[in-house]
Amino acid sequence: MVMAMIGDKKINAGITVFPGSNCDMDVYYALKDVFGLNVSFIWHKDRLLDCKKYHFIVIPGGFSYGDYLRAGALAARSGIMESLKEYADSGGIILGICNGFQILLEAGLLGGAMLTNSSLRFECKTVYLKVLNKGTPFTCMLENGSVLKMPIAHHDGNYYAKNDDIVKLKDARGLIFQYCDINGNVTAEANPNGSIDNIAGISNGKFNVMGLMPHPERASEKLTGSIDGAKIFNSVIKYIKNI
Amino acid sequence: MIKKAVVKVTLKEEVLDPQGKAVLSVLKSSGYNNVRGVRVGKYIELEIETGKNTVLIENEVKEISEKVLSNPLIENFDIEIL
Repeated sequence: MVMAMIGDKKINAGITVFPGSNCDMDVYYALKDVFGLNVSFIWHKDRLLDCKKYHFIVIPGGFSYGDYLRAGALAARSGIMESLKEYADSGGIILGICNGFQILLEAGLLGGAMLTNSSLRFECKTVYLKVLNKGTPFTCMLENGSVLKMPIAHHDGNYYAKNDDIVKLKDARGLIFQYCDINGNVTAEANPNGSIDNIAGISNGKFNVMGLMPHPERASEKLTGSIDGAKIFNSVIKYIKNI
Repeated sequence: MIKKAVVKVTLKEEVLDPQGKAVLSVLKSSGYNNVRGVRVGKYIELEIETGKNTVLIENEVKEISEKVLSNPLIENFDIEIL
């Protein structure tokens, strides 16, 4: 285990927990045991009293509130999200994974919406992702055009936004990951859910908030079949150390 | 006094509705070949304490529908106060 330290201080990471979050323990294990961060859970009814306490906050996957109404819709309107908006405004780093991505969209921290997968199936498999922008805290140890192998497990990952907004997203370099084949070709066959332009992950304009459908925490150790997800967490750790 | 409001939420025309598509294909394979399209939406009933001013209720239901019950990017809504 490598201890991630800033000077003498450990990096503090927070993981939000909603009723129905189910990847919270996986993320906890990855951040604490694999990457050596100081990790604590943030309950959805809580408020962040001190935004500076956390260097990094993860909204994990799952089925918050049973996906009632729309995936992520109810969690996006719970108490903690006001704090997370303030945290994001102050430059705090937020990573939303799967349901976490859906919550960020519903909360308006990222643009667009998720529709049901075009296949109508719950897609649970390994996919490949092409990196489009290495200029973010989440991708600073990666190269543009490089290919990552990671698992997905979702029913509503069909990213949708208006055409104008897709153009704006691309112009702002907010398109971070696209589904691709093993060689990095962005094809219709490599798109598991019908997302516009094979979009798998996007960020906000300041690049401090990112959402992605694949699960980097499930690809952080050799045992899990890929360590490409670790590259995202290692990027965040490197970025925080260099701030 | 308690009033009932009905909110119907539907996907916008330009948004693909995979549920509707699946239902359509089942209807066709069941022999209902004259069915041309299916769109699946949500029907939501609200019970609201109105006080005296019923006009305010309409505004409130509209606000609830915009902010919570629908996602304006992909959905439309229709309100009926009973």
